[in-house]
Parts: sequence; structure tokens; C-alpha cells
Amino acid sequence: MTDSNTTTLSAPISLPREYKGLLSWITTIDHKQIGILYLAMTFFYFLVGGIEAIFMRIQLAVPNNTFLSPNSYNEIFTMHGTTMIFLVVMPMLIGFANYLVPLMIGSRDIAFPRLNALGFWLLFFGSLMLYFSFIGGGAPSAGWFSYAPLSEKPYSATPGLDYWALGLLLMGVGTVSTAININVTILKYRVKGMSLKRLPLFVWMVFINGFIILFALPPLNAALVMLLVDRQLYAHFFQAVAGGSAIMWQQYFWAFGHPEVYIMILPAWGMISEIIPVFSRKPIFGYGFVAGSTLAIGVLSFAVYAHHMFAVGLGHPFNIAFAFSSMAIAVPTGIKIFNWIATMWGGRIRFTTSMKYAIAFIVLFTIGGLSGITFAVVPIDWQVTDTYYVVAHFHYVLFGGTLFGIFAGIYYWFPKMTGRLLSEKLGNWHFWLTFIGFNLTFFIQHFVGLLGMPRRVYTYPNLPGWGWMNMVSTIGAFVLGISVLIFLWNIFISLRKGKPAGDNPWEAWTLEWAASSPPAPHNFELVPPVNGRRPLWDLQHPDTPDWKLNKAES
Amino acid sequence: MHKDKMIMYMVVATEAVFFTLLILAYLYFHKSSGTGAKQTALLDPLRTFFFSLFLFSSSFTVWRAEKNVDKRNFGRGGFWLLVTILFGATFLVGQGIEWTGLIHHGETVSANLFGTTFFTLTGFHGMHVLVGLIVLSILFGLAVLGDFKNSKTALSVGVFAIYWHFVDIVWVFIFTIVYLGVIS
Repeated sequence: MTDSNTTTLSAPISLPREYKGLLSWITTIDHKQIGILYLAMTFFYFLVGGIEAIFMRIQLAVPNNTFLSPNSYNEIFTMHGTTMIFLVVMPMLIGFANYLVPLMIGSRDIAFPRLNALGFWLLFFGSLMLYFSFIGGGAPSAGWFSYAPLSEKPYSATPGLDYWALGLLLMGVGTVSTAININVTILKYRVKGMSLKRLPLFVWMVFINGFIILFALPPLNAALVMLLVDRQLYAHFFQAVAGGSAIMWQQYFWAFGHPEVYIMILPAWGMISEIIPVFSRKPIFGYGFVAGSTLAIGVLSFAVYAHHMFAVGLGHPFNIAFAFSSMAIAVPTGIKIFNWIATMWGGRIRFTTSMKYAIAFIVLFTIGGLSGITFAVVPIDWQVTDTYYVVAHFHYVLFGGTLFGIFAGIYYWFPKMTGRLLSEKLGNWHFWLTFIGFNLTFFIQHFVGLLGMPRRVYTYPNLPGWGWMNMVSTIGAFVLGISVLIFLWNIFISLRKGKPAGDNPWEAWTLEWAASSPPAPHNFELVPPVNGRRPLWDLQHPDTPDWKLNKAES
Repeated sequence: MHKDKMIMYMVVATEAVFFTLLILAYLYFHKSSGTGAKQTALLDPLRTFFFSLFLFSSSFTVWRAEKNVDKRNFGRGGFWLLVTILFGATFLVGQGIEWTGLIHHGETVSANLFGTTFFTLTGFHGMHVLVGLIVLSILFGLAVLGDFKNSKTALSVGVFAIYWHFVDIVWVFIFTIVYLGVIS
């Protein structure tokens, strides 16, 4: 237990770099390079999805606007949703996991490096397949959840939906293969001493996330396959005319779609659980509760999906059961919020840009979580379903939650990945503009929605209040746009002139900070001994290591 | 557990969910459309059972292949791989005969909901058998070339066997539910 010798890993398995420049990126099977490929690609699509959002906000800035045609508007909101979910949030988190998990558990690489590369390239070509629809006959325009029968041939005759379904199938296979690859890595490649009870919380969340992906993606793939069979072979799965069931699409889609919500937030929770302790200079409060409540959420996430379907009319017993489970899942989520607050309580908080994003995450995610609970109340859901209230809600959890978490993660791990710190001055501007722009855009949408404005309609009449509220929202979107430009400038300038980071600029405690910045192709020469949850703390404080004070960890 | 086997079990888990959903779709429409009973009368459970025996037996033959490769009897391992390929291919021939007959009766994927669900379900299963045959052929090639003397590739027969047993078990469910009409 108290063995203080450093752990020597087996000989490096990474091959020497055979290629240089672009070819080295295309042929790479190194988890760090693949992780950066994920981050670069998803950031590109973040810009694309952001431009799509700006187009929508320009169209909605004033009543009866004609900037976009109804059909273009439908295509753009469909592509915005699909892009942000499948090409930004989900793969960005997978990219982080790819980069960080092997480092955090003291491994040389991921369990199956070639499969890892395959997972990325499936995603890459799946995204091309999706975007090819713009020149291949028209983009899909049935919304990101493509409800049947709107998605069927009679109503969506262009091949857009076929590209959508094929693209998502490719990405889905890639996502599952990467998730199971990472999970095998976590189970088999932990360094000596790194028991499951000592895993960094980010790794814990990624691990549970992997199992959610494993069980949640097949319903989507099954539904996509059935839709393709309908559209290409004239079958009848979702066509009520021929006896099929449009509701079945909704059942299958949301059986994927709600676990997906947790797939998109768990790794962000993991990042927050790494960042808040480091910048509060305290270990996480209630490690067991954070990990355990995540497990509870992983299980419950499969039992809440039909709250997306309260308006369908499935009957009271069905609605009540899902109303209950949807409220229940708020409990383990609330536990985490208190864990993070208690971690900060009495800590010596360092307000770096990363920490600011982490704190804003707690505030905004709580707002989004609370509006989420209101949907569990069936009558409220009936009242606000398909209005901008829903749009406000999920942007608070996905943007205010996940993306703020991701920004916290970028400011935190950028020095590890590049060897240079991002500028804190520009970061401060970036943070405040994002925070103000985000709230300006989305907070008011709660009220627009409560006034009854439906989502997914290309324009609206000049009703009292609607015009100025939408204008506020559009102004907010442009503030967000400026914040992204500042962020791009920050990355550009910091890559060239940023302060050298050193191995451990934040005085953090997990193993990735024991590697050089950026890490060598084989990650580590020597891995510090792991006798607790904070191996680098133990190394720096030989007199008061964690394992002496806290028996529960060892 | 070796990492290769571990990831194969995870693949099987995710595939199991996929097939469960296709089976559920079959059952749901069999009950709701009201035409299922008439259409299933077109099936020939006895003939399908005959061909299914080949698939069921191939689980045994792939297990023999695995054991022999484990004991480094590569010649005999290769032989059992070849038998597995032949059994799997026979099963697919049976499925081909069945499909041709159904299509001649006008029973296609677009004819009605039975066709829609039946061909999707059995088609995806058949595709998994086909993928299995491709992998089996590669393994057989490796056995013939003597590549299994390298202990790393020898494990691949055992890893593949997990997948092959899974494809077999899925067929047990499909056969019981679709052809024997249990549950529906």
C-alpha cells in the first residue's frame, strides 16, 4: 500500500513517427493526436453550427422577416441541432476522453489504437455524408429528431433525410467503438495502485458514459435502419397509412434521445469535478457520492425518456410513471451540485478563466436543471411543449452546462496539450462576453415561450412583446459570436506567444500533470506511485500524504 | 479476461440491444396489424429448422476450432474452421431458398408489415452471419498460412467464437418467436 517506488511501465508501444506533417495526422494511431483531431474537427463544426444559429437569429430578429425562406429555415435549424449534438458536443467530449483517459490512468495508449483511429474516421466521413446533403439535393429539414411521418418519403422527398440517417449511422458505429475502446482501457490499462476507488472523477464519468453509449446508441441505429428501409425499400415501419406506427419512431428515438442527454453532460461533470478541487485547493467533497450518483443517473437515464412524449397521449399511467422517474433523476443530479459547492466552501479559490467557467457552469446548469424539472410536471409540459421555453431549457443545460464545462476544460488542459498557457486576459474577455451573450440570448426565451411562441417556425406575427424580446435574443447571439472570435484569437496567439506552461501549471494532482507538456508519444518515462486519489499531492507532500489521513481511499 | 475478449463481449452487448429492438418491432406489428397469422402460414418451420441445425451445430464446430488452436493443433483447428464456414454457408443457402419462395408468393419487404419486419429482422441476422463467414475465411487463411504459431493471432479464434455464439443465440430467439410463434 505504501510502496513509494515509482512505477515503471512496459516498453513504449507507440511506433516511431513514420510520417511528418499532414500525413502524420492522417495515419496516426496515437490517442493524443486522435484526441486533438477530434477537438479540431468538432471545433470547426462548432463554428459551422454557430453560423447556422446566427442565420436563424437574423431571420427571427424582427416579425415577418424574409431573410430566409421557410424551407431554408427548416434545413438550417435541422442542421444546427444535428451538428451541435452529433458533431460538436458528443464527439468533443469523446475527444477529451481520448486524450486524457490514458494519461490520467497512467497508461501508454488506449487499448486498441487502430480501432480508435477507425472511430474518428467514421465520425469524420459520417459528418461529410451529412453535409454532402446540401449539394446532394437539399439538406434534411425534419428537425434533429426527424419525427415520422414527416421524415418519410411522401413528406420529405429529397434525399436529405437519407444522408442524415446514413451519416448518423456511421457516426453511431464510430461512437460505440470508441466508447467500448475507452472502457476496456479503463478496465485493463490502469497503472499499479490505481484502483477503481482512486480513479479521477473525469475517468469515472467517462467510464459510466461508455456504458450509456453502449446501450443507448443501438435504439438510434435500429430506428435509423428502419427509417432507411422505409425510405429506400418502401417498407411501412413508421407509415400509419399502411398500418405502421409513427409513435414507434418516437419510442425508439427517445429511448436513445434521453440517455443521449446524459451522454452529453456526464464527461462535462467529470471535467468540473477535476477543475473545481484544483482551483479551490481542496480535494473533492464526497468523492463516493459524486461517483455513485453518476452511476444512479446512468441507470435512471434509460427510464425517463417518455417525458419527451407527454403530448402524444400515451395515457395517464404511462405519463405518471415517467413524470415520477423524471423527478427522481433530479436527486442524484442535485447531489453533485452540492458536492461542487461544498468543495469550494472554505477553499482558497483561484479565479482563473477555467474556474470562472466552472462556477458559471454550476449556476447555469442549475437553472437549466430546474426548468427541466418543470417538464416532469405533465400539465406544465402540455402547456409549454414545442415552445421557446423548451429551447431556453435545453440551451441552459447543453450550452450553459456542457459547453461552459468544455470551455473550462479547454482553459485547464490546453497547457498540457500544447505546452503553452492560454492568455488569461483574453480569457477574461471571452468568459464575460460568453456569459453575458448566452444569458441575453436564452434567458428571455423562457418568457417568449411562456407567451406561446412555437419553436421551429420560420417567422412570427407582430404580437405584443414578441418583437423586442426576439431582438434581445438576436443581439445576444451576436455577442456570443464576438466571444467566439476572441476565443479563436486567444488560441491563435497563445499557440505562438503563450507563456510556457511547464508540466504542472495549476499545481494539480492527477497523473496527466506528471507527463511533460505536451506529453511524449509514449506519455510517461516513469509514473509516480499511486497510493491515493491525488498521487501528485502525495509526491509533493511526503509528510502529509492523503493515504495517511484518509483510510477510505487506500 | 483478455482485452480482446472483453471488447467483444461489449460489442455483443450493444448488438443484443439492436436485435431486441428489431424483435420488439416484429412482435408489436404482428399483434397490431392483424395480418401476421396469415403471413406466417407461408413460412416452412420444418425446412427452416433443418437449415437452422447447421447454424446451431456451427457453434459446436467453432468451439472445437478454438480448443484445437489453444492446444496448438493448428491443422485440426483449421479443419474445424472450414467445417464452420460450410455450416454457416449452408444456413445462408437455406435463408436464400426461403426468401426466394416468399418473394414468389408476393411477400416482400414492401408488401405489408409482416414483410417489413420479417425481412428486416432476418436480413440483419443474415448479414451478421455473412460478416461472420468473411471473418472465418480470414481466420482459415491464417490457419493455413501457419500464422497462428504467433500466440497473438491464435487468440482471435476464441474472440471470434464469442461473436459467432451470439449470432447463433439470436437465431434461437428469432426461430422461436417468428417460426414457432411463441409469445406472438
